[in-house]
Amino acid sequence: MSDAISIQNLNVWFGEHNDLFQAVKNASLTVAKGASFGLVGESGSGKSTILRALTGLAPQWEGSMSINGTDLTEKRNKQFYKTVQMVFQDPYASLHPRQSVDQVLSETLTLHGFRDIDDRVNKLLLDVGLGPAFRFRYPHQLSGGQRQRIAIARALAAEPKILLLDEPTSALDVSVQAEILNLLCDLRAEHGLTYLMVSHDLAVVAHMCERAAVMQNGEIVEIIEVADMRAGRTQHDYTAQLLHASANRVT
Amino acid sequence: MTTETQTLRDWLLSETPTSRRHARLAAFYKGWLTLRANHMAMIGLAIIALLLGTALFAPWLAPHDPFVQDLAFRLQPLGTEGHVLGTDSLGRDILSRMIYGSRITLYIVALVVMIAPIAGLLVGTIAGYAGGWTDIVLMRITDIFLAFPRLILALAFVAALGAGIENAVLAIALTAWPPYARMARAETLTIRSSDYISAIRLQGAGPMRIITKHIWPLCISSLIVRVTLDMAGIILAAAGLGFLGLGAQPPSPEWGAMISEGRRFILDYWWIATMPGLAIFTVSLAFNLLGDGLRDVLDPKDSSS
Repeated sequence: MSDAISIQNLNVWFGEHNDLFQAVKNASLTVAKGASFGLVGESGSGKSTILRALTGLAPQWEGSMSINGTDLTEKRNKQFYKTVQMVFQDPYASLHPRQSVDQVLSETLTLHGFRDIDDRVNKLLLDVGLGPAFRFRYPHQLSGGQRQRIAIARALAAEPKILLLDEPTSALDVSVQAEILNLLCDLRAEHGLTYLMVSHDLAVVAHMCERAAVMQNGEIVEIIEVADMRAGRTQHDYTAQLLHASANRVT
Repeated sequence: MTTETQTLRDWLLSETPTSRRHARLAAFYKGWLTLRANHMAMIGLAIIALLLGTALFAPWLAPHDPFVQDLAFRLQPLGTEGHVLGTDSLGRDILSRMIYGSRITLYIVALVVMIAPIAGLLVGTIAGYAGGWTDIVLMRITDIFLAFPRLILALAFVAALGAGIENAVLAIALTAWPPYARMARAETLTIRSSDYISAIRLQGAGPMRIITKHIWPLCISSLIVRVTLDMAGIILAAAGLGFLGLGAQPPSPEWGAMISEGRRFILDYWWIATMPGLAIFTVSLAFNLLGDGLRDVLDPKDSSS
């Protein structure tokens, strides 16, 4: 059985000719089907860039990436978008300010070729813990947590197998963070999803994932089992440093 | 949906709309409430409504035929019996001519508005979203048009195609679109890198869909504001062309052309040029006031969060 996500020797650049910046250097990782994998590191360490390269939003990359054993080329096809979806960091920026929840979800469903849109919209809203009452609201009528639930519903609309989570809770209040994380845990169990989750919060990764890669300055310095992380068995100084910084919160 | 205890107002202001139409009506109603709170904008809207009414009912409102000449009654002062605003050099009733002139003004404004902002929106959003060479080529073309002085280009255009309202409109539209294109491009550049555009791209949406369904709705509101603010300029440009004899041709009662005719007598018979001038002033002011009010309602930066 092939891995859900496999990344080998990935390099990603931003900028143009003379002004190139290498955001990810020689990164390799694999995520098994149904697993939940964390990417941790400080801001600017290239975590989110790996997700953007996977989804084709960062076009300048080199190396090999494959989803369920299929190598990714320059262009992503419809099948890719049906398999892999992403939840963005800031729910205040990831919903179109002029589109109601209904418009967002209906359009997504139409794009993926579904027919029974009315039923599916209602079911998606129930899946993410919002009722049909939210269907015709606009983003400015929703709280941050509710917005993130809508963003998750949008990502689930295509019935993907792999969900890329780009710091899904860092823009939210602490109490709402827990709700969203629990929702993500439930959804994973329910739909048999594979998660690749980016976070700067070790506690979140410890809660959600089984394994994690620690990144620093665009490089993966260590891939560690969460159990080892909890026990403090680290191999790289930087991981120990991160652990120390968030002591008391991980275990 | 509306129960007996619930008024229409409550239904429109409900936080939980129950259908697509309901949601759209509610959003529209809230915008209307904001606009209504702005008294100056309402004054502008009232004047424009009045203008529309005047144009629509011109044959019933006008006391005289605007083209009938009566040389015995030429150059009558204000308040003459039967001619409230006096008569012009050929004895035509000025009030009637102004009433019919509102039709021409609206016609010009409507035509320009149908051409310039739409062309600008197309060019600007495509350039902004595509980037690269498309952007460079389209924007340099825009720059070239932007560099032409408006009235001179209009003059050249009218000289080549002949005088007349349609050519004047084309000439104005041709010089009016570049600012819209620049504005639409600038907005597109900020919108295209936002997460909600990335999100819809991840659903497999193509560039046409993203531009028309996701970028246009965000550009259009500022475009509408800009168009209403430019309306005054368009009316003035049309009047200017009319004044120079390159727009509407006599005996057409276009306001600019009327001023041009009255100019010859301005020292002795000032009202002939002043009355249409006042009309241009009032309508331009009304569009400006409304534009200001619409900016408060439609600006996406204010209403988004």
